[in-house]
Parts: sequence; structure tokens; C-alpha cells
Amino acid sequence: MKTFSRGGVHPPENKLSATTGIQALPPPQSVKIPLSQHLGVPAKPAVNKGDMVRVGQIIASGDGFVSSNIHSSVSGKVLKIDNELDPTGYKRPCIVIEVSGDDWMETIDQSTKLVKETNSEPESIISKIREAGIVGLGGATFPSHVKLSVPRGKKAEYLIVNGVECEPFLTADHALMLEKGEEIMVGTQILKKALKVKKALIGIENNKQDAIRHMADLARNYDGIEVFALKVKYPQGGEKQLIKALLDMEVPSGGLPVDVGAVAFNVGTVFAVYEAVQKNKPLFERVVTVTGTSVRNPSNFRARIGTPISALIEASGGMPEDTGKILLGGPMMGKAVGDIAIPVIKGTSGILLMPGIESKRRKIQPCIRCAKCITVCPMGLEPYLLMPLSEKSMFDRLEENKVLDCIECGSCSYICPASRPLLDYIRLGKANVSKLIRTRKSQ
Amino acid sequence: MSTVVIYTIITLITLGAFAAMVLYFVAQKFKVFEDPRIDEVEAALPGANCGGCGFAGCRNFAEALVRSEDFADLFCPVGGNETMAGVAKILGREPATQDPLVAVLRCNGACEFRPKTNNYDGTATCTIESALYGGDTGCQYGCLGHGDCVEVCQFDALHMDPVTGLPVVDDAKCTACGACVRACPRNLFELRKRQKKDRKIYVACMNEDKGGLARKYCAVACTGCTLCFKVCPFEAITMGTNLAFIDSEKCRLCRKCVPVCPTNAIIETGFPPRKEQVQTESSSVPSAESTDNTAEPAGDKDISKNLKKEE
Amino acid sequence: MSKVITVSPSPHIFGNLSVNRLMFGVVMALIPAFIVSVVMYGPGAIIVTCISIGSCVLFEYLIQKYVLKTGVRISDGSAIVTGLLLAFNLPSNLPWWIIIIGSLVAIGIGKMTFGGLGNNPFNPALVGRVFLLISFPTAMTVYPKVQGWNTPYIISAEEIDTFTGATPLTLIKNGIKSGRGVNELLEASGLQYSDLFFGNIGGSLGEIAAFALIIGLIFLLIRKIITWHIPVSIVSTVFFITGALWLFSVEGHEAVLNTLNMNLPVIQTKDANDAIVLFHMADPLFHILTGGVMLGAIFMATDYVTSPMLPKGMIIYGIMIGVITVTIRLFGSYPEGISFAILIMNGFTPLINRYVKPKRFGEEVKNG
Repeated sequence: MKTFSRGGVHPPENKLSATTGIQALPPPQSVKIPLSQHLGVPAKPAVNKGDMVRVGQIIASGDGFVSSNIHSSVSGKVLKIDNELDPTGYKRPCIVIEVSGDDWMETIDQSTKLVKETNSEPESIISKIREAGIVGLGGATFPSHVKLSVPRGKKAEYLIVNGVECEPFLTADHALMLEKGEEIMVGTQILKKALKVKKALIGIENNKQDAIRHMADLARNYDGIEVFALKVKYPQGGEKQLIKALLDMEVPSGGLPVDVGAVAFNVGTVFAVYEAVQKNKPLFERVVTVTGTSVRNPSNFRARIGTPISALIEASGGMPEDTGKILLGGPMMGKAVGDIAIPVIKGTSGILLMPGIESKRRKIQPCIRCAKCITVCPMGLEPYLLMPLSEKSMFDRLEENKVLDCIECGSCSYICPASRPLLDYIRLGKANVSKLIRTRKSQ
Repeated sequence: MSTVVIYTIITLITLGAFAAMVLYFVAQKFKVFEDPRIDEVEAALPGANCGGCGFAGCRNFAEALVRSEDFADLFCPVGGNETMAGVAKILGREPATQDPLVAVLRCNGACEFRPKTNNYDGTATCTIESALYGGDTGCQYGCLGHGDCVEVCQFDALHMDPVTGLPVVDDAKCTACGACVRACPRNLFELRKRQKKDRKIYVACMNEDKGGLARKYCAVACTGCTLCFKVCPFEAITMGTNLAFIDSEKCRLCRKCVPVCPTNAIIETGFPPRKEQVQTESSSVPSAESTDNTAEPAGDKDISKNLKKEE
Repeated sequence: MSKVITVSPSPHIFGNLSVNRLMFGVVMALIPAFIVSVVMYGPGAIIVTCISIGSCVLFEYLIQKYVLKTGVRISDGSAIVTGLLLAFNLPSNLPWWIIIIGSLVAIGIGKMTFGGLGNNPFNPALVGRVFLLISFPTAMTVYPKVQGWNTPYIISAEEIDTFTGATPLTLIKNGIKSGRGVNELLEASGLQYSDLFFGNIGGSLGEIAAFALIIGLIFLLIRKIITWHIPVSIVSTVFFITGALWLFSVEGHEAVLNTLNMNLPVIQTKDANDAIVLFHMADPLFHILTGGVMLGAIFMATDYVTSPMLPKGMIIYGIMIGVITVTIRLFGSYPEGISFAILIMNGFTPLINRYVKPKRFGEEVKNG
């Protein structure tokens, strides 16, 4: 069975909500839709305070190439456009809409009928994807149309569909593959057409046997789609690790997957592409897992973008008494937030409520050079070295030691027997080194 | 026996002479010409290598000074005008003068005014916390209190106050090198003109939230109410985004703005308490500061509270 | 929401490894060797071990509390491991005050002067042992004879010849110096390979029984506390170098040895048929089973703090330790050299770490 070769850890899987299916969550009373839900330039608001908007209407337009449109996820009145707390933990511009009714744009095909055929040309597919504001739903939220526009001189040969979901607890992709497998297949065909590639590889970790069987069955009816079961190992869902596992090719340091001829999309993104191209439905809702060891009903919800996470927590049985930490995403790479009024955005794959006892960090001890961090680093870095270098601001040596290759998977901090906050400092070092490189370039 | 001694001496002398010759020729061959004035200038500089001038160290700065024609943009904030005059004398040029500066922290969000809304459990440095989220209080502009600034201060001029959780600038030791300004991820430090007797009046807040929101999370936040802006007779106060700013170049230390501030966000330090001032006036001995100080006794309570805080 | 929510950077879950667990694992792995030493040397082994561990922990506690003032961290178990390893490198009849001096040097000089756990460049237990070896050469090289539970801890001067003996390595070193062949010496001493394997020989507490140490190695490997690289590379280097020289040491290879210009002590003896046979080398199995090679390779050289971090570096380190060990054994004045070899290579560890880098992901681009 395939897997990536270097590093990796095995955190407890805890996929509590694997078999619960996807429940649709009704629109909340009001939504807060941040203008920056993607990598790149924030979108520019296209509505004013007091405007009435409908579901699927563009409310902010992507400004520039690396940016993305934002659509209203509800129908109602724009209350204000103001700074509100968003998942970054800072107050940033958001459009706040008061919900009234559920009035969809008439262009959206609301039926659940599967539309298999597509006649669109690659260019029109890409422009439709751009129109629909689709970004990578795995968490990186990189605008999909940018990924599909292969730079000149490079050629895509493989489409990688990422159904790995290596983060513990999260099951959004798993549930989606089980329920919308057929749609994902059609979406894969659409993306293959857009990229002009012949082969698509779907990678699924071996702890999702039902999804592997289901997808493999479906793939038989489609040309050039192959499903691979992968050995369970974190961080296999990382783009570079998945490409290594499936194709045995390493994306060069500082390069893009397309450098080895691969373009990777998350299954959630592929489903969104299907909906955008076949059903004309822009990206305004997504599957979000709400889970945690003390959560009453761990479940997967199809939630509108902008729904406060408190509504999702309520729907899964309320906030457990012992909650000590609220995470957006999984326990390895998820972001802790301090407020439950924060909205769900395009990149929110799950909400994890961690009990208070688990949420505290352990006491930091001195490094004993056990080299466990080197062993588990999937990028072949030396976290034990990068941490003091970053602490002492030795940026030249940080750069020399490839700090920018770090994918922030957290394996080093996870394994460290001395509980050292390796990733905290590596992240700081990364930020400082990229700042340094930017100033060097601008000179 | 004696032969051994003789041979030893001869061998060592020969070796020494040979090494000396090699060293001499190497020194001749690879000699680098350097302006001797660089050494002199470097000796005149404080030698703290703090980087306050923008150069990596005093030596680099000395080289730049020797090269420079008119000292444009070259100034040693640590040594100040005195040092620059010394350097100018060595190089035979006109000395550049600048007003001495001092660092101030534009946040007064001590623990008692700004309750914690969540608990930060990561690495205790401001930069890392600031990169993660808005901080463990409701104010995303204020001091995080991990003391990154204290860490970088080479002159022992910054200390954390354990009661308020904020760093305190020791005016006597601060050289305005700017290390804290660069270290603070929230840009809370400002280099202000050093007034006589280290008197300062400044808005100790950087919160750009709307008034109500700012006050909700911090009792001493500037709400942008513009009262100080209206009362200032010297146009020294400007309004930013929901935030007042006092320009230290224009401020004449009249103290009129301090009592009008509804949230005590404007801080005055280095002044004698106002009650005493009333006494000095009654004893009709005009002190040096009473000439430029015409504040009404109103708002005494607030001021004494503020002063207490400063102590 | 009345409760205060915690916020911290990712990751939010942690593995179950801890420094204590790793140190405890090492202690567990040393237990078989300890049992053997008790069986062979009786109460002396227990006394030496207890004094050594106790004084190491006490010195660590005192130094952390009153000298460094860094906060006491003896619960991490590193002082226990140091004490245990130091004891394993001492003879079972060593006077208590020498053990305490050794502990003080090991913890005080070997570890705490550099800032405590994680910062010491040299293996503290070895620093202590080598200090004692140089300062008290007689006490450190006179080992009691194996007499089970009856082995006395305190041996009076009159009885010293009755109760003590030399290690096999010393035996050979002295014998060769006096011009006798290895085989002859071994036969005279009545040593069997099974004695070497099961610990029925003179030596330091922990080094005598190869099988107990190998059990410890297997335990460490299963628990993934160490990797195979260092022990295997040291032992195999010792094995191959001594093996190669041993092969050359039979008749007809004097020329080879002479061209190699190796000043090996060559002894000629006659076998049963009166043919001349050269004997100057013990065989490689003897070399890896005697002395501290096993203990050093499995427990001392693999100390996390003082050994390289990458497999490639570990192999370089292990091979160099093997080479230096054999060199000291064959050509040096000490019969055993692994302690010195490990200490010397500890000094090179930062250099190895600096230049041996892991293969970065995406470093070599494979397109195809």
C-alpha cells in the first residue's frame, strides 16, 4: 500500500462522526461573511448597507488574479459592512446580513438530479469556477482558478484528488465521498477537462474502507480515474506528501506541484466545482464536521458560509461542560479561537471542541537531542535546530536550513518528548525569513 | 646536556625568525588601506552596537559617517548631539543636531482596566501570540505583555511591571535607539521628543475600534471622542481612526487635554501634582513650569489617579 | 460563556513520549545487566549502584537548587540514568568515597557546568569514569573475582591477591607484554566463550554479561528509544578490524603486517607438531564480548545528548568509535579504550551534526 516515504506520525484517529452522514443546517438569523476567506487579495464589497441580497448573489468581487468572489449564503438585508472578529482572530471587514426567508437566485439549479454531461470548453470551465468563488476547501483556501491556470512552459499530466483527510477527528470529506461520490466523479472529469489531463488519481486513507470501496466502484464507470488506498499516516493530506505517495515524485523545494506535472484538489473542492459548473451554484455552503470527545452528537453539517460557529455547536447538542479549547479544523493544524461568534468560512473543515484537560500544553523541558523531530519531519528538516535559530533571529542560517519548506504540519511539536514548542518558533522564523526575502527582492 | 640546550635555542630562534618573516610579508602583501579617521570616529561613538542608527554596528556607522558629505540621515540617537558634535569635529564638518527622543508605550491597558477574555497558552512571546490572533483580551491593538521589548532593550531601560503587566520605560536610561519600536508587533512604542524634566503628555492607546467597542474591552481606551482635539490650543492633537494622537513636536505641555479625557487615556508624567501647583501659585513664587502651565484645577481626581498609576 | 477558553498555536494534541518515559526505558533496559552483576558480584554490586545513583541524584538536586537556581528537574530521571551507567562502569569493590567523587565529577563537571541536561557535550557517566580511572588507577582496575553472593565488598590488603583478578583484556595485554601467546594465556586462565557471554568474568559491574546487554538492546529497539545505527556500527567495526588483523596473524602473513608497518607484538609459539605458529591477536568474537564494547555501544555511545542525530552521522560516529577503541586496545597503554573513544567522538558530535544534514524533501527532483 502506498504512502509517503519520509517522516510522519500516527495521532489517534478519533473519527467520531464517520458514519453520521451529512445534515443540512438551516440558515441562521444572521450571517457574517468575511471579505478575506482565501489566500490573496481580499475581495471588494459589491453591495451597500441596506441592500437586499439573495442566496448566491455576488456580494464581494475578487480584486485581482489571486483573489476570489464571495457570494451571499442567505437572502436578506445587508446590516453593515464593518470590522468583525473572523477566524484569523482579528477584526477584519465582514458583510453582516440579516436573514429573511431563503430566496435563491433563479440561475441556480436546486434539484439533486445528477448532471453528467458537460459541453463546456476548458476556458469556460475555469471562468465558471472563478465566477463561483471556489477556493481549496481542504483548508489552504487557495483560489482554484489560479491552480487551474497552468503557467506557461509547464504541463499538467495528473489530476490528484485528495480524499485523504489525515487530520484526526475530521470526517467532512469522508461523509461527502460517501454521499456525493457520483458528483465528485463528474467534478473530477470536469477538472480533467479543464486541465487537459488524461489521468486522475484519487487518494483515500485506509481508515475509510467504505469510502474506498464506494469510490472504486464508481470509478469503474469513468475513464481515467483511479482510486488508491493509502496507508494511514499524518500528514498524508499535505499536497506534497500526497503527490509523493501517489506518484512517487517530490515537488522541488520552493516549487509548485505542477512542476512535477500534478495538480491537486480536495474532494470538497471537486464537489464544489461540480456544483458550480453543472448546477450554476456558487460556493456559499460547505460540509463542516462538529466533533470532540465530549460533544453529544458529533456530526457533519452542510452549513452556509457566515454561520456563527455557535449555531453549529448548538445543532450538535450544545457546548460540552468541559470545553477548554475551540478549534477550527483538526487538532494538528487547526486554529484555536477564543469566541463562538466567529463565522464559518470557506476554509473551515471542522469545529473541534477539546476538553479543558487536553487543551493545556505541557511543561517545556530542555532539548535532549533525541532526534525524534527529525525522524518525523515529512519535509526532511531539523526542527530542533530551527527553533533556537529562530529564537536567536539567525535568519541566514534559517534560510540555509530550508525553514521555508516547512508545511507547519505540527508533527515535530506532537512528537517532542520534551514538549518544546518547536512549531511556534519555526512559524515565527518562516515569517521573518519570508519578510527578509521580500525586502531583498524589492531592493 | 649543554648541546641539547643549544640546539633547542637555535631551533626555536630559527623557527621564530622564519614565522616572523612570513607574517611580515603576508601583512605587507594583504594590507588593506583604511581611512584612519574611521577608527577615530568609531572611538567617539558610544560603542553599544545597538543598531539605532540603522547600521549593523558602530563600525559600519563610522564608515558611513566618514563617507558621507553632510551627515544626511545619519544620526546616533544613543550618543545624541554631543556625540555627533564630536564626530563632526573629527571630520571637520558641520554637526547635525536632532532633538533628543525618548520611547513611550502607547497602551495603558493594565490588567485591571482590560480583563482577559481568553487564556493564551502558547509560547510567551508577543510576536508569536500576535501572529496567532488578536490577543487574550478584547483589544487587538494593545500590549500583549510578554516583554519582547524588554528582551531587545540593550540599555536596561525597559522593565515589566508585574502589577500592570505592561513594560515601563526608564526615561533616564532610554537612549531612543528604537529597538523596542522594531520589536513590538503591535507598534505600540513611539519615539517622542524629550521635553524638559522628562515631562510627557501622550495618548496611551492605539485602539482603532469604535468608541463603545473599545471601552467595552478596556476601561482606559481612547474612544475617539475628539474632546481633547477640541480643547487643544496648539493644534497638536490630530484624530486618526477613532483615535487621538498628540504630536510631540507641537505639544506645549499645557495639560489642557488631560482632564477632559473621559477615559483617562491621556497620560501626563513628570509634572508636579496639580494641588501643589496651586500652593506654589498662592505662595507667589512662579516656578519654571507654571509659566507654560495654565491648566484649571478641574479634574484633579483623575489626574491624581493617573499619577498614582504612573508611580 | 462563563468559562475561559484557551487559545494556543497548533498542534493541539501531543504524543505520549516524554523525557521521563525515555529515561525510564533506559533504566528498564539496564535491569538485566544489573541482575547479572548482582548474581556475579553479590552485595558489592548493589552497594556501588545505590551509592552511585543516590549521590548523582543528590548532586543534581543540590546544584540545580543552590548553584544554577534553574529549578529542580531531577524528576526527569536523567540523573538516575547517569548514576546507573556510572555504577556499571565501576568495579564492585570500589570504596564509597571514590564513587561519590565520581558522581560529583559526572554530574558537576560532566553535566551541570554546561547547563544541565541537553547541554553537556560529553557523556557525564563517562566523564566520571575516566576521571576516576586516571585518578585512582589501582582501585579502578582491580576487579573482584566472580564468587556470586559471597564476593566481599570490602577487600583487605592482605586478601587482595585471593579475591581479585584481572579482566580478560588486561590479562592479554599484560601477557603479550611478557611475551606469551594469546591462546596460551586464554587456555591458562580457563576462560570459555560462554563465560564471556554470561558474565562469568572479571570486570566492571555492567559490562560483564553480553547477553544481558543484548536483551537491553532489544528492549531499547522495540521501544524505539534508540535506533540500531550506533550499536551495530561500533560492534561491527570492532569485529571487522580485529577480525582482519586476526586473519593476518597466522603464519605466512608477517610480510603483510610488515608492509602495513603495524608494530603488533608478534609472538611465536610452537604447536603440537612443532610447527611455528604466530599468535598476537585474540579473535574478533573475544574482542566484542570482553571489556566495555557492548555496554559502551548499547548504552553509553547512544546517549541522546552526546551522539549525532541522523542515521548517517550515527554510522560515522559509530565507526570512528570502533576504530579508536581497537587502536587503544591494540596499541595503547590501557587495555580498554571504549570510554576514551566515546568521549573523543562526543567531541566531534556537534561537527557531525553540523555537516550531516537530512535529505530534504524535494531536494533531488525526479521527473518520471
